[in-house]
Amino acid sequence: MNLDPVILSRIQFAFVIGFHFLLPAFTIGLSAYIAVLEGLHLVTKKAVYLRLSTFWIKLFAVAFGMGVVSGIVIPFQIGTNWSGYSDVTASVIAPLMTYEAMMAFFLEAGFLGVLLFGRKLVPPWMHFSSAVIVAIGTLFSAFWILAANSWMHTPAGFEIVDGRFVPTDWWAVVFNPSFPYRLLHTVTATYLTTAFAVIGVAAWYLRHGRHVDEAKVMLAMGVILASVLVPAQALIGDAHGLNTLAYEPQKVAAMEGLWETRTAVPAVLFAVPDEANEVNRFEISVPHLASLYLTHSWDGAVRGLKSFAADDRPPVAPVFFAFRIMIGMWAIMFALTVSAWWLAWRGRLFTSRGYLRAATWAIPVGFVAVTAGWTTTEVGRQPYVVHGLFRTSDAVTPMLTGSDVVTSLLAFIAVYIVIYGAGVYYLVRLVRRGFGSDEPLAPLDKRSERVVSGLGQAAALIPAAQPQLVASARVAQSDVHRGAGALLRVQAKGTTES
Amino acid sequence: MTLDLVPLWTILLAFGVFMYVLLDGFDLGVGILFPFAPDDRARDVMMNSVAPIWDGNETWLVFGGLALFAAFPLAFAIVVPAVYFPVLFMLLGLILRGVAFEFRPTAPEHRGLWDGAFFLGSLVATFAQGCVLGKFVQGFAVNGRQYAGTAWDWVDPFVLAVGLGLVFGYWLLGATWLVMKTDGAVQSWARRKARIALFGVLAFIAMVSVWTPLSEARIAARWFSWPNIALLAPVPIVTAAIAWGLWRALAGKRDAAPFLAAMGLFVMCYAGIAISILPYIVRPSITLWEAASAPSSQAFTLIGALFLLPITFMYTGWSYWVFRGKVRSDVGYH
Ligand code: HDD
Ligand code: HEM
Ligand code: HEM
Repeated sequence: MNLDPVILSRIQFAFVIGFHFLLPAFTIGLSAYIAVLEGLHLVTKKAVYLRLSTFWIKLFAVAFGMGVVSGIVIPFQIGTNWSGYSDVTASVIAPLMTYEAMMAFFLEAGFLGVLLFGRKLVPPWMHFSSAVIVAIGTLFSAFWILAANSWMHTPAGFEIVDGRFVPTDWWAVVFNPSFPYRLLHTVTATYLTTAFAVIGVAAWYLRHGRHVDEAKVMLAMGVILASVLVPAQALIGDAHGLNTLAYEPQKVAAMEGLWETRTAVPAVLFAVPDEANEVNRFEISVPHLASLYLTHSWDGAVRGLKSFAADDRPPVAPVFFAFRIMIGMWAIMFALTVSAWWLAWRGRLFTSRGYLRAATWAIPVGFVAVTAGWTTTEVGRQPYVVHGLFRTSDAVTPMLTGSDVVTSLLAFIAVYIVIYGAGVYYLVRLVRRGFGSDEPLAPLDKRSERVVSGLGQAAALIPAAQPQLVASARVAQSDVHRGAGALLRVQAKGTTES
Repeated sequence: MTLDLVPLWTILLAFGVFMYVLLDGFDLGVGILFPFAPDDRARDVMMNSVAPIWDGNETWLVFGGLALFAAFPLAFAIVVPAVYFPVLFMLLGLILRGVAFEFRPTAPEHRGLWDGAFFLGSLVATFAQGCVLGKFVQGFAVNGRQYAGTAWDWVDPFVLAVGLGLVFGYWLLGATWLVMKTDGAVQSWARRKARIALFGVLAFIAMVSVWTPLSEARIAARWFSWPNIALLAPVPIVTAAIAWGLWRALAGKRDAAPFLAAMGLFVMCYAGIAISILPYIVRPSITLWEAASAPSSQAFTLIGALFLLPITFMYTGWSYWVFRGKVRSDVGYH
């Protein structure tokens, strides 16, 4: 059998980095959300924020642990499978990644322990600061790795000596032309991913009548963030696309499914690109629209794929479809955000079962969008690793055989199935288990207080109208249930501690 | 460029790798000891003793790998493909044991599964790192700027023996760490385990000390020619003294001394290997200078390292301080 180590190494790299990125996509946003909750608790002293933070920290711990171990794989992949790349690009790329380790990974790791385990060991403001520092660490991480990645799309600030890239201007290397757009777009993407995960979890609780107070706070916070970031992401994405058109026109041509260089370019809503015949099949398009958003003029001209040599073109179909999937996810986010405001205006946001169900189903939208976005970007750069200068086929480790890579790829797949399967299962279970079990003492005391006062009110209501009594008794019953559990746990804690 | 940064980077890289070996060494060692613990409560204590810090420890691996990539990329491009499979096994092992930290307390009913993953992951990762070290000492077939062997050249008695040696080494670090961080039954159990490991480590040191000079005349000359033999004589003498002190400390009542002595043993082994290998980074053909990256890259990264690593030490030290003292089984998740 003839196994091509280049294709296999690409599949392996896409596999490990694709799975890795699912976790930063969630933890970058979640660490910021936890920092905000901790801060709100510090300022307002409201127990609900502490309960929310404690809950999300548990999920964060699982996701972050998986993010770390899946991340360690990646720099080693660059050595094992891409030694040609390592030799040629190291002087530019490796320092950026080393900065990421020194500035971000140590910082995250140093304060993570305190965030996860230190609530009782350090003063509250220090616990809050640890949360903030972890969140900032993840942003440093995004900064450096995206600088490295963007340089491969829009290389700048270097010269080529003996076939190897040598930096001449570090400022130009780091702030290369696509970097600001990619940083902004990706960080916004991770915040959106987290926002819709939080919204979805809140919706699930509301629909099942659990943790209603907490869920309302989560849903409101999520919707407010989405209201700002969903429109912003479209504007940033548009600016990003214009920048790509200037530096990587063949990528934009593939995204648009545009074969001929022409004016009055239509926006292709759907098509099946046929690379052999260089045409689209089953095309549905809107005249002039692509000219409008790509050149901001009714008749503007855009280069088509045919104007590039065949061996300089990216694979069209994956780029074309991935781009549409990303935009589709944006459309779902947009619809969910707009309908949330409409329902809130009608006073039904927390009760509309249809909306709550849809929001729960939409938990994956962010994850799908970021994966699709990266596929657009990375496949669209092919057949080059460093745009226009260094081909992917020259990047691979020369001595690797196809069967070496198949072996390692299968091993990765087997282990990832186990750990990602278990990870998702445990995350879902943590959500289902809810806020109930192992909470710290303070909020439980608060809650039992509330239950007690609720009972007092119920007692006062007894002479009042009968139907009302039945309803409030039902509420009280469930509260008593929870309250009793809470009291039992308080007692249990007391006995184990004494 | 006037200033030659290669010596400085050599020290920094050696330091980073060494930090990794010491720090992740003890928490991998805790994993290796895991299934032999007296009971489940002891296992909780063991895991809690490293749970808040393992991530920071492992970050030194990322730093070491990236520092090699940034400062000596040619070595990175030759060495890493040559140990393709040991690196793969190491990564998979680190993944399995890393997720066990979070999954085990989250899923009490699958505890056995993640206990197993924690042990097996730690063992495989350690053995694989030992193989990388063994291959590094043994040397690589090189053609031009590329590794010229196959992905399986590391399957060799010497390399595998070093793999085993490192298992004993991390086991020793892990056991002495537990002597320091625990008390009561767990502590006396750890003392016993540390003594077994010490024998393994000493046998392994003897094996490498005999094999390396025999394998290459240059190394033999470096150790046994005059005046080196007099200058380097302290290396084996100090090593023997530390080993003796460690044995005594394990028998006695001291808590922290065994861990410090075990670290001392690692320092000596590390120095011995460095003396044998320098100035080569890819034995026997490529020197540190030949493997170096562009001077501006070394300078750019060095500035960051000299500025950021001291800060890293401050907050990492603070985090160890927060979790100082003996560990209890019930101070884990909240
Ligand atoms: C936009 C953000 C982002 C992107 C594009 C990537 N990562 Fe990542 N990475 C993170 C954001 C992040 C993070 C949020 O900082 C993580 C997730 C969990 C964690 O511990 O840090 C992380 C963890 C993480 C780790 C483990 C760090 C540790 O030991 O603590 C490594 C080695 C990498 N990453 C390496 C990479 C490489 C080489 C990438 C691309 C080629 C990459 N990551 C893409
Ligand atoms: C320094 C950092 C990076 C390096 C060295 C790098 C290098 C590469 C290489 C060598 C490939 C294989 C060629 C190919 O299959 O297309 C690739 C593909 C890919 N990369 Fe990057 N990349 C980096 C950053 C990123 C980042 C930050 C992400 C997102 C998390 C990413 C996502 C992808 C994806 C999804 C593919 C698959 C594309 C495909 O299947 O063709 N990459 N990258
Ligand atoms: C209307 C909305 C959007 C537009 C116009 C848009 C536009 C773009 C463009 C043009 C690229 C390719 C850039 C290049 O490689 O040169 C891209 C990449 C990407 N998109 Fe979007 N996008 C939108 C929505 C989203 C959403 C909702 C998410 C996720 C929540 C997302 C996540 C990403 C990611 C992660 C990448 C890869 C990283 C990068 O190159 O920035 N995008 N987007």
